[in-house]
Amino acid sequence: MENILSWITANQQIIYIVILMIFVGIEVIGRVPSVLHTPLMSGANAIHGVVIIGAIIVMGKAESDNYLALVLGFIAVIVGTLNVVGGFVVTDRMLEMFKKKRPPQTPPKEGL
Amino acid sequence: MELNVLTLCYLIGSVTFILGLKMLSNPATARKGNLIAAGGMIIAILGTIFLYEEGGQKLGNYAWIFGGIAIGTVIGFLSAKKVKMTAMPEMVSMFNGMGGACAMLISIVEFNHLVHAYPASELPAGIVIIILLGLIIGSVSFAGSMVAWGKLNGKVKDFSFTGQHIFNIILLLVIVGLAVYLIGWPSNNATIIFYAILALSLLYGVFFVFPIGGADMPVVISLLNSFTGVAAACGGFLYDNKVMLTGGILVGAAGTLLTMLMCKAMNRSLTNVLIGSFGGGSKAGPAGDKEQGSYKEISLSDTAVVMSYASKVYIVPGYGLAVAQAQHACHELEKLLEAKGVDVKYAIHPVAGRMPGHMNVLLAEADVPYEKLLEMEQANDEFPSTDVVLILGANDVVNPAAKADPSSPIYGMPILDVELAKNVIVNKRSMKPGYAGIENDLFFQPKTSMLFGDAKKVLQDLIAEIKNL
Repeated sequence: MENILSWITANQQIIYIVILMIFVGIEVIGRVPSVLHTPLMSGANAIHGVVIIGAIIVMGKAESDNYLALVLGFIAVIVGTLNVVGGFVVTDRMLEMFKKKRPPQTPPKEGL
Repeated sequence: MELNVLTLCYLIGSVTFILGLKMLSNPATARKGNLIAAGGMIIAILGTIFLYEEGGQKLGNYAWIFGGIAIGTVIGFLSAKKVKMTAMPEMVSMFNGMGGACAMLISIVEFNHLVHAYPASELPAGIVIIILLGLIIGSVSFAGSMVAWGKLNGKVKDFSFTGQHIFNIILLLVIVGLAVYLIGWPSNNATIIFYAILALSLLYGVFFVFPIGGADMPVVISLLNSFTGVAAACGGFLYDNKVMLTGGILVGAAGTLLTMLMCKAMNRSLTNVLIGSFGGGSKAGPAGDKEQGSYKEISLSDTAVVMSYASKVYIVPGYGLAVAQAQHACHELEKLLEAKGVDVKYAIHPVAGRMPGHMNVLLAEADVPYEKLLEMEQANDEFPSTDVVLILGANDVVNPAAKADPSSPIYGMPILDVELAKNVIVNKRSMKPGYAGIENDLFFQPKTSMLFGDAKKVLQDLIAEIKNL
């Protein structure tokens, strides 16, 4: 019990962030129309590519004789970059399709 | 000073992620939102490379870092640019798997550091928990995404065996048991147990996705997407890195909600999807039992006549249209009929194709105007006054069994009520059932006619016929 309480105190900042972010994440996409489900999923997919920062840290502090860290870190940087770059570019391509058809849609709406 | 700048970089990153996600959920701002999040990501990455320090020590191995980023950027950019619209879903799954793999690799390296830094019996439990969490979630997400990717592009077939769900649960329990053992009673075997957990987690990821039917893949990818978010957040815990933490948890929460929204669009529960009532062959029985009767075919020239002299035509696109890449031919047909004074619109089911919004993206690519695409509720109001409904490669989204047959696996899913129209023409490649693997009564109804063939070929021939009239 003592342990758990002191752990909570020691990590309270992180715990606050986690709880608040859960609510923000739910709140932020709560009203998404179903046409945007796929692009939104793809965009969220790109955002969790932030894991690449961990890969960069692993790679950056690997000693030159630690081959495991060097090789796995290198692969991690590559796949992490794939996630980020591929994710954002695919999302942009999907949304590009949506953009084209918006101009004809806007005028009648303003007319109403 | 430099560390303060890094904190600012991370702060900017976190805010852009929230803002980006918010803007992504509105059609008018979506594209900008994506770019803003990408900008924040670049700032956070550059900040990490140049400003991060640990114990006063800056990062080294710049050649490796930039080499890795360069390789990843080139491959990621080219594959994302080249992928066909039909293959977008599996591309998302692939990139998601890469993120999971990244989290998995970080855990492996960090555990290795830990084993060398501490004597076996004194491994710090708090750090081990986080490393294991990142390892398990990351590898499940990686293996699962790869299977989902293989399923969507047809390389992996649905596969299940009796007792698979029990097998999966046991597998999960073994993983958790080993993890608890490793945390609670660290010993010299720690490394072996760690790799056993890794192997079992990969196996679990494979078996988790295997029995789930292809039609439910979007939901599974969305779920795995939120898994990867949580795995990334574990990295944030490990390095006390706020941008990884916020980004990861944000995606974890938003991804979970999105998964549930997708289920809702199909009127199914998440448990229902995960237990996989589509996948197993057991439920396919009832539909096969009853005699379906006969269907009638219609010739191209008859179709041309019926459509040209109709006053109102609805086109229902489905995955078949996407596979045949027939969106341009479809738009051409629509323009031709409009020129003849026919009112042509599209009825879009929210889950037509392999992903929600798939059809909108596809038709937009062919420059079909936005106001011609009607959502399900609007379209259902219009069907009773419609002369012809042309169904292009859609099946389950127009299956009346969803309304009439409680034993059907898709019972309860909202469908397009095309049977209310005067004529229904169905274009399919063959009489084979759709993705959910169930028969469709619609095809055997008297007002329905079948027009067999590849959607693109059929549409091109149809256009030629109409021009000849």
